[in-house]
Order: sequence, then structure tokens, then C-alpha cells
Amino acid sequence: MLNIALPKGRLGEKIYDIFERAGYECPSIKENNRKLIFENAEKGVRYFWVKPSDVSIYVERGAADIGICGKDILAEYSPDVYELLDCKTGVCRLAVAAKKGFHDDGQNTLKVATKFVKCAEAYYASKGRDIDIIHLNGSIELAPILGLSDVIVDIVETGTTLKENDLEVVETIFPISARLIANKAGFKFKTAEIEALLSKVKLLIG
Amino acid sequence: MSQEILKEEERVAFGLRSLYKQYGYLPYKMSKFEEYDLYAQNKDFLRLAGVVTFNDTDGKLLALKPDITLSIVKNDADSDVKRKVYYNENVYRVSGKTGRFKELMQVGLECIGNLDLYDVFETVYLAAGSLALISEKFVLDLSHLGILIPVLKSVNSGVAFEKAAVRCLAEKNEHGLRALAEEYGVSEADTARLVKLIGAYGNPDIVLDSLESVCTCDNSKKALAELHSLWSLLKTTEYADRIRLDFSVINDGNYYDDVVFKGFIDGIGESVLAGGRYDKLLKKLERKSGAIGFAVYLDLLEGFGEKPRLADVDVLVLYNDRVCAETLAKTVRALIDEGYSVSAQKSAGGLRYKKLVDLTGGGVC
Repeated sequence: MLNIALPKGRLGEKIYDIFERAGYECPSIKENNRKLIFENAEKGVRYFWVKPSDVSIYVERGAADIGICGKDILAEYSPDVYELLDCKTGVCRLAVAAKKGFHDDGQNTLKVATKFVKCAEAYYASKGRDIDIIHLNGSIELAPILGLSDVIVDIVETGTTLKENDLEVVETIFPISARLIANKAGFKFKTAEIEALLSKVKLLIG
Repeated sequence: MSQEILKEEERVAFGLRSLYKQYGYLPYKMSKFEEYDLYAQNKDFLRLAGVVTFNDTDGKLLALKPDITLSIVKNDADSDVKRKVYYNENVYRVSGKTGRFKELMQVGLECIGNLDLYDVFETVYLAAGSLALISEKFVLDLSHLGILIPVLKSVNSGVAFEKAAVRCLAEKNEHGLRALAEEYGVSEADTARLVKLIGAYGNPDIVLDSLESVCTCDNSKKALAELHSLWSLLKTTEYADRIRLDFSVINDGNYYDDVVFKGFIDGIGESVLAGGRYDKLLKKLERKSGAIGFAVYLDLLEGFGEKPRLADVDVLVLYNDRVCAETLAKTVRALIDEGYSVSAQKSAGGLRYKKLVDLTGGGVC
């Protein structure tokens, strides 16, 4: 039985549809109820929905054999897992954004507001730029508007929220998409099952 | 002592010590503390996230040991006789998962001296034997950095590329490795060799054959020949079907440079054993010897294989102030002699028990 952690929300539903088409369906998952775990013993799969940022924790600790997780989470938390496949969905990017017309002249410490502290620190360390990190948990776009920060480091999908708030992307740090991850120990004992699923999903993703 | 009373990690520790003794390994007892300088001087090798430090009464800066190997090898001198020791110690490290210090119980062994194929075989065999003591459902993954490192160096794309490529190999991240190779302008042929290493896992007989095309330089060919020789010995043992090759095994610490391995137990979400050959560390300490060893992380076995306990004690003996101590003592003694575990209490509270002996209604002296 493969335990699969899916991220709650649109991305998770999209990935489940791919798994379903790959032959790993579990009809009960589409029933409107409050169940947390859905199993299809015949297909050898057990799905559960978890908060997107928790998927890597479930997989790293072996509660799930495999899971679907954004590259942003993997880069920020560096879980000790296998990253087996780029699912090429949930495509976006981690970017630096600022108020339109902002210019970093490099003369002062750059104030950076973000949820992705480690990614932002690593990015600016690679450029040798001195920064003051402001760790926020949401509504990051507000920070430069209210003068809390000079720039933000955040996920940008279409850029609409930025535009509506008179902000713009200054630099892209790295592209993001959903990744299929596996627990390292679990992979040793369920190699054939995981490889079979992987090859079927790969065919569908292209 | 009854085996039933031992916790899983204690039972395993007893078994491991006995196994290592059979192969002539001697116990090595060390102090809990070490001078901090040792870790400061070797921080590149240990790659420690942090060390718990404190001042001794004379002001000397000491540390709670974050690593055992360094303490064992630091004062050794090269000798014709191989030094074979085992230990059962606690180390204090920052947990990668929580970012906080954690006490970890380790049992392990080190073999230091003029090593040959037999020594490497014996260590890997004992690693497999150690896992077998924990569970019959285990896998020992074997790799050789003498293959991996020359292949990466031959690509000639710099240290930043090598570091990022090693991370991709450790993650079995083929798409990441291809993107990285493209970014650094690595040729298609070299990219294909690196990608092949990601896919090189499983049955050693099959994997070893597939590596012939990957190992093009003299160093990697030599390492591949060593791996062939090691496998030809290991495949004759009772653990042959539990041993696999896997080039995602790149152990923590910068001191491994040869054979490395990791052990996994079905039902435990991370590797419970890690080790390898670390001649590089001894070279840094200006020694001619070679060294190989491994550690078993016993703290990961806590609760493993335990059935949920339905009761805290077999028998709860309830008494009150009217029950004389002599009657109570006799009752408890008799039950213990019958083989029960007994708790004498004036109130049951939240205690879970299988049988109740209530003396509150009688037994007055």
C-alpha cells in the first residue's frame, strides 16, 4: 500500500486527476464528506489531504511514502527526501518585487519582507548584499507599500496582485512547480510500486 | 535479566556489543566532554550545525561530544596492528528536522590501520549484521565516492556545480540535474553519465555492469574494481539479498572518500545506520593509516516494534489505612511470586491494570 500525501487545494486536485488517469483512482476521495483518509486497497493506494507546507514533513518522517510538494517549500525547508519528478503543474516563480520605479543603489542595508527567509537569505548572500530580513506570514505585498520593507521575496504566478498594488517584479530567484517527493527509507522497501507509479505519471505529464 | 523487560534500543545495544566482540572489537569508553578546539579545527570535516559548549572550572572551553569518530582517531598513532574498537555513547547535535540540540544514542565501531579488502568487507558485513539484529526487513545501501567524485571532477564545471550536482544525486533528482547541467553548459555525454548515476541503484550485479560506461578515468575505474571485489565477497554471505548499490548515499560529514553505506529498516522513516571509509580525515591528522566505521542511531528505535500496552501493571492492589502493612506486603509478595507485576495503591487514579485485588474491605490486623 502506497501512502500518498496530497496538498489541499487546486494543485492537489489537479495532481489527483493525473494519478486517477494513471490508474490509481480512489473514487471515495471525490465524495463530499469530512473524511481525511481515502483508500483503494485494490489499487494499493491510500491518499490523504494535508496543508501544502506540511506535505514534506509527512514524507520526510515516513508517514507518507510519496507526496506532492512545491519547489518553494523544498528549497526553504530542505527536507531529506528524494525529489523524483517535476510534475510541471502549479508553475510559478520565487521573485523579488518592489514598488514600481524602485532602485536599489546598494548604499544601505536592503529591507526584505518574506515568508521564505532561508531562500531570501541564500539569494542575497550569493550576491554579497547586506539585508535585513523581515519575516511575515501573509499579505507580504503590504510591506513595501507601507514602508516596512524595500522589497519583498514572494511567489509570483500571474503578477496580477503585484500590478493591482503598484508593485513589479525586479528579479526572478528560481522557477517553481509541483514535485513528486518520496521518503528515502520508504523508497527502499516500496521501490517497485513507486517506480511503477512514477513511470505511468511521467507518461501523462510528458 | 529478562529480555522482555528491555526496551528495543537496549536489546539491540546488547546484541550489537556481543556481535562486535565476536569479531575482536574492544570496547572504547570515552569522556562525555571534549575540548572545543578539536571541533573548531575540524569544522570543515564535521559540517556541524552547532556544538554545546561550556567553560570548565579552569576556564577551558569544553564541548559535549557532537561526534565520536574524531575523538577516537585524534590520539592514535600509526601501528602495524589494526585498532578495532566499538562504543556505546551519546552525542549532542543539532537536529536537521527541528534545528534544536538533541541527545542521540549511538553504538558503532571503528577499524583503524593499514586496511585491506577484508577489513572493508568485515565492516560492511557487520553493518548488515547490525541491521539484521534490529529487523529481518532491512536494506543496506552501498556506494563508492571514489566513483562519484572523479566522475563529477571530470565534468570540469567548478565547485559550485559539483556541490549542486551532489545534492541532485542525493535527491535522485534527475530533472534538477539536467537543468543544472544545462545551466553550466555541461556536454550531453557528461550529463548522460551523471544521470546514469542517479538511476544506478538496486541489485549490485546489475548496477555494477551498468557503471562500466560511467567510469572512464583511472580513479573511477579503480574504485569500480574495488566495488566489484567487495561485492564478490558480500554476495557469498547470508545478507546478499539485503545489500544494494545506491549512488544517492552521500553521507553527512566531509570525511568520507571511499566506500560509504546507509542502513534502513522497514517501518522506520529514516536511515538507522551510516558509515564509510574515511582515510581523508586521517590524512588531515597527518596519519598514514586508513579507517572505516559506522554508527547505529539507537534513538530511532524508540518504540519500534512495540505493541501498544493495554495495562501499566498486571495487578492493582487497592488498600486503605485500615489494612495492615504486613497483610499488604504478603499479598504483594505472593502476586509477584506468581509472576505478576504489582502496584499497591490507595486509589486507582488513571492506572491501567489487568486484575484488581481490593483489600479495602478486609485484611485488618
